[in-house]
Amino acid sequence: MSPESTPGHAAHPHEIEMPHASLRDYLIGFALSVVLTAIPFWLVMTMPLSAGATAAIIMGFAVVQIVVHMIFFLHMTPKAEGGWSLTSLVFTIIVLGIALAGSLWVMHHLNTNMMPMPHDMNQLP
Amino acid sequence: MSTSTLAKPDEELSFYQLDEHPHPEGHSTMLGFWIYLMSDCLIFSILFACYAVLGGNYAAGPAPKDLFELPLVALNTAMLLISSITFGFAVLQMQQGKVRGTQIWLAVTALFGAAFLAIELYEFQHLIHIGATPQRSAFLSAFFTLVGTHGLHVTFGIVWLLTLMVQLGRHGLIPANKRRVMCLSMFWHFLDVVWIGVFTIVYLMGMLQ
Repeated sequence: MSPESTPGHAAHPHEIEMPHASLRDYLIGFALSVVLTAIPFWLVMTMPLSAGATAAIIMGFAVVQIVVHMIFFLHMTPKAEGGWSLTSLVFTIIVLGIALAGSLWVMHHLNTNMMPMPHDMNQLP
Repeated sequence: MSTSTLAKPDEELSFYQLDEHPHPEGHSTMLGFWIYLMSDCLIFSILFACYAVLGGNYAAGPAPKDLFELPLVALNTAMLLISSITFGFAVLQMQQGKVRGTQIWLAVTALFGAAFLAIELYEFQHLIHIGATPQRSAFLSAFFTLVGTHGLHVTFGIVWLLTLMVQLGRHGLIPANKRRVMCLSMFWHFLDVVWIGVFTIVYLMGMLQ
């Protein structure tokens, strides 16, 4: 509690719980993020691997880095806010997955089932 | 929450909770703000879906390979990542009850955020200057919408940072201000999480096509 707060509030049994941050967490998260950012940039800038393999690796690194940020910077734990933070996160990930996968799937099929078109629309009869 | 429906026979049945149990001010702010962030996440997921669908439609215009400069993007990413850890230092100062230290680290965070924005605006200005405007192709429309929305979030994050520094100067580390620092911390780190998706999917994957 800060010294400015009134004693009535300080002694309140229902104090608002806030995630406790530590220097160690931030430094670990930062170091991991630097590594997880530097490797994808290096892979794409120098291209030691094929494009397909590079794409798979950088997507994997992005997912890992997002998890690192969630744990070390956003202080996510399964128990935060009585589990409701995690519940809403899982719900969001499900909706996100449906929106992304669904859009790509539907639009890919629309593209492949399109009638062949000349490149210049003005040449259409 | 001690209301029990299985009251003893001699006790009077209680269907209502007559005395109010304590609701400390701001007791649900953190969860509410988290849910706001999740809804923001959905906005970005739709913009990412748009980009994923439209990102290949160049309309015979420039492709990502012709436009993006990875060293600049790497510098931008570094700015945002450093601003994330400096915000962490602000939170640590706050936990130790140091108003001045919190304000200083918030200012440092705002500076790195402003550097990020400046680099992004320079990139946009450069693209528009060479004719790669949002009107040029579906790819560029999707690109400017996605990256621009993220940049707009960073802009408002900086406005909030400056506001919070003034509030801290006026009222010190009162519980309300501590709550605000934690909310902005979540917002700021969330923007960094979105940026991971942006640099991976837009810039790095774009260079591979």
